[in-house]
Amino acid sequence: MTIDLKTVKHISKLSRISIDDNKAKKLSDDLNSIFKFIEKLEELDTEKIEPLTSIAETNLKLRKDEIESKNIREDILKNSPEDNKDFFVVPKVVE
Amino acid sequence: MSNIIDLKLFELVEKIKKKEISSQEVTKSFIDRSQKSKKLNSYITENFENALQKAKQFDEKPDFNKKLPGIPLAVKDLFCTKNIRTTAGSKILENFIPTYESTVTKNILNEGGIIIGKLNCDEFAMGSSNETSFFGNVQNPISENLVPGGSSGGSSSALAAKLTPATIGTDTGGSIRQPASFTGTVGLKPTYGSCSRYGIVAFASSLDQAGPMTQNVKDCALMLEVISSYDNKDSTSVDFKRGQYLKDLNENIKGKKIGIPKQYRVDGMPKEIDELWKKGMKIIENNGGEIIEINLPNTNYALPAYYIVAPAEASSNLARYDGVKYGFRSKGENLIDMYEKTRSEGFGDEVKRRIMIGTYVLSSGYYDAYYLKAQKVRRLIKNDFDEAYKKVDAILTPSTPSSAFKIGEKTNDPVSMYLNDIFTVPINLAGLPAISIPAGHDKSGYPLGLQVIGKAFDEQNILNIAYSIEKNINFKNNINDWWIN
Repeated sequence: MTIDLKTVKHISKLSRISIDDNKAKKLSDDLNSIFKFIEKLEELDTEKIEPLTSIAETNLKLRKDEIESKNIREDILKNSPEDNKDFFVVPKVVE
Repeated sequence: MSNIIDLKLFELVEKIKKKEISSQEVTKSFIDRSQKSKKLNSYITENFENALQKAKQFDEKPDFNKKLPGIPLAVKDLFCTKNIRTTAGSKILENFIPTYESTVTKNILNEGGIIIGKLNCDEFAMGSSNETSFFGNVQNPISENLVPGGSSGGSSSALAAKLTPATIGTDTGGSIRQPASFTGTVGLKPTYGSCSRYGIVAFASSLDQAGPMTQNVKDCALMLEVISSYDNKDSTSVDFKRGQYLKDLNENIKGKKIGIPKQYRVDGMPKEIDELWKKGMKIIENNGGEIIEINLPNTNYALPAYYIVAPAEASSNLARYDGVKYGFRSKGENLIDMYEKTRSEGFGDEVKRRIMIGTYVLSSGYYDAYYLKAQKVRRLIKNDFDEAYKKVDAILTPSTPSSAFKIGEKTNDPVSMYLNDIFTVPINLAGLPAISIPAGHDKSGYPLGLQVIGKAFDEQNILNIAYSIEKNINFKNNINDWWIN
């Protein structure tokens, strides 16, 4: 399998990362060498193996959903690249 | 008091408790040395003035029952620290100031520790040489233009250069143990679930663990005791009875069965590393342990499986960096354009590469072939260890297949960079604890490490084995302060 420029463009769209054309070529080469390395896994027969999704494999504990941090709106908004003191501001999405 | 920086962490603790030295004297000593060591680029953010104030407060009202009474520590910049900038080595978080404290750093603060700064690391902990950091390369104090390892490269550099008496890193595929090995220091990755992941900038959530990086095994036991805790803020935190790692540290390994996996004897491994490994085996035998050859047949598939699982989780974790709520934002013509430009300009090349690998292996039509397959291989790797642990108590391997390399040597070939972690990655996939300890030098005088891998939650056992090896090896780091004029 090879990852051509068209695929690179497609993945970049899915990843929400814009890639300019001169970088796409290098990226395609890098991804191809990485996927060639990854494809070693094809040698293994894993038909009857259960996937390991979590190493803990225990039931998740429940806790009460209680608010611990209060009155931190200002602090949180301080980290925002653009805000109007009460809300995060984004480019217009509805006409 | 020029010799304060030469004291071990546990000695500093003792001397402060005996009132032979003050927290201010200790804090000032490490800050002075850090200020003279800017050439190493170990720090991303300094917290010196604040730390000196904290030290003064400690001395005025000391609490000697704490495990780290007034001890200054710099930590990897992947831990969120309340009101102290936390960047994860990325432009996208260049100005991020957390409103909360990670559980691990909170544990340090609760035990009397003082944060003197945030240490450089590969961007989002993705790298093995600290060369992917937005804040620049870090120098290995062993020699100029040598990488300190990664991703906890600022941590290993600062520790080896004695800018901090101990530190903490994070380890997703070797990011504590490999830099420890490259700098002649000790690094421990705890069992998955030992140390809380709350407040650690996430890379690959099913693999990430925080752990201590120290000058010696005794300090490592102390630090582990401080940072390991059950935490209901991390859903994968495990509520087990944590040991008194320092108190129970002992070098008696009589009757311990130590496994040697033949699959770790890789092609092209330098002779010195093989000799070092044999030296380790000999020490174990001399101390009453038994060496047993074991089989970990799927070792060769660990790295390819890791390069599916880790990027997949990363692509999902890093979706949050969208330029809206925090972090860097680039101007765009519309919302989508803003997202795409923000992420393109805010992330470095390696991070983008991994997000794209992850996005691809999770995308429609490829999920089964890659992601599911990798999770099945992960099961096989864990089974290998389970099988081995029916016969042995722990496993001994080299920490890395080579010593530290030069800055720039491997940056153009991602796969050759990934191969650095061949001995450390399987342990993360299986969720096991492992410690790297310095054990010798190669012909250039660069340090080499040995790794002791344990059963899940058996940190005390690997600490004890490491302690027993350490006592017999008498490793000395050759550091001549070349970076100080």
